[in-house]
Amino acid sequence: MVESIGTKRTVWLFATAVLVLVTMWMIFEWVPTERNLGVVQRALYVHVPLAWISMVAVGVVAAASLMYLITGKRRWDSIALASAETGVLAGTLMLVTGAIWAKPIWNVWWTWDAKLTTTAILWFFYVAYLMLRAFAPPGNQAYRMAAVVAVLGAVDVPIVYYAADLWRTAHPELIIGPAADSSGLTSEMGLTLLVSVVAFTSLYIYMLVDRYRVRQSELEISDLKREMRNYLYAPSTSDVPATAQSLRAAAAEPIGD
Amino acid sequence: MKISLGPVWAVAKKDLLLEVRNREIVVSILVFSGLVFIIFNFAIELTRVNRDTVGPGVLWVAFIFAAILGLNRSFIIEKDGNALEGMMLSPIGRDTILVGKTLGNLLFMLAALVVLFPVFTALFNVNVLKPEIIVIAALATVGLATTGTMFAALSVNTRAREIMLPVLFLPIAVPILIAAVEGTAQITQGGNWSEAAEWLQILAAFDIVFVIAALLTFQFLLED
Repeated sequence: MVESIGTKRTVWLFATAVLVLVTMWMIFEWVPTERNLGVVQRALYVHVPLAWISMVAVGVVAAASLMYLITGKRRWDSIALASAETGVLAGTLMLVTGAIWAKPIWNVWWTWDAKLTTTAILWFFYVAYLMLRAFAPPGNQAYRMAAVVAVLGAVDVPIVYYAADLWRTAHPELIIGPAADSSGLTSEMGLTLLVSVVAFTSLYIYMLVDRYRVRQSELEISDLKREMRNYLYAPSTSDVPATAQSLRAAAAEPIGD
Repeated sequence: MKISLGPVWAVAKKDLLLEVRNREIVVSILVFSGLVFIIFNFAIELTRVNRDTVGPGVLWVAFIFAAILGLNRSFIIEKDGNALEGMMLSPIGRDTILVGKTLGNLLFMLAALVVLFPVFTALFNVNVLKPEIIVIAALATVGLATTGTMFAALSVNTRAREIMLPVLFLPIAVPILIAAVEGTAQITQGGNWSEAAEWLQILAAFDIVFVIAALLTFQFLLED
């Protein structure tokens, strides 16, 4: 069982690595340079997939958190945590690649356009979500608090976007907008973007599953530690939990494989 | 989820009585907001040219920062001496306690605004004592009190709670800040109801969404 999961993960990782390499080749060798924007437009093929992953990650956090509140199952919380961490990483990279792309094209690193403003607020919100998880008291209360916060954040996103959009239009435009949008993509550019999105999504899934499994192991270890403590301070041997007994048996065996 | 008005009012009345006796929260909000006014006056000099456009930003930023202090305070006093646990032992739901706390916080914020508005008008010579702005303020305060109480109840149980509240609360409250500042600015620049309408809609939508969200999630916030 464990071995088959391990093999699947290795295959997935290998496939992702090949996909990412193909994507890199397509971005830097194969795809033609955009006429108006120049070489820097190639940032699109990294920036858009990262934005896509961040969006998916936010959706997964919200859905998993809602499921945690409904079912109370710990694995939903682990999925939310794994997705939030991956999402914050993707979001950070998206902001960085966006700024690199914006500087030569818009002549500024940043502009307070509705999409950018909403993204920035969302990024801060998910950093706060991870901070809350770090600062919360241990145990179920922390999961519940995090889940409530994630759901509230998801509810807030459309309102933030609507307000930021209205706020932006209430002010004069400071810079010239993007000279060419995705509508001006050739078929080669479209294909490169598609392959890149698939590669990054595959990478996201790998990281999500990996983080989820690490999280589950962490929880398992803390459960075992608690049982060990119970075992150590148990008033009589009849109170020793079954897992602790099997642990003791396992500890007596020599360490193989 | 069953919330009756009697216990809600009892919780709010307890907070009001405490506040009448020691005046901690409202006075803190007022003093801090006043100081932020003074500091903003140095940071961005409000002149006859810019005060109608920049003034509302100063007013609302000062108020929201001060409100965070008040919200933190309202739950720290519950933590001290395990008052919160006492309330949780009483035969009322957790959501009832939090609805009562929200009501108390709402009244404290409104009380602070009643003093802040005339003070702001006098200090910066921007008249914010207009019916349109008062409606904006009322709607904004409902949203701030609701979301603020939720996050204060959460953060009081964490380490570094003074950091957690603003870090969680400010991103969520961004629509309120935008709508309150822009709506107020429309009025101070000589607009009327029609110019402020879309901002009032955002505030109303935020209030409706988060009052419902609060009633659904309050039960999850206090358990331990």
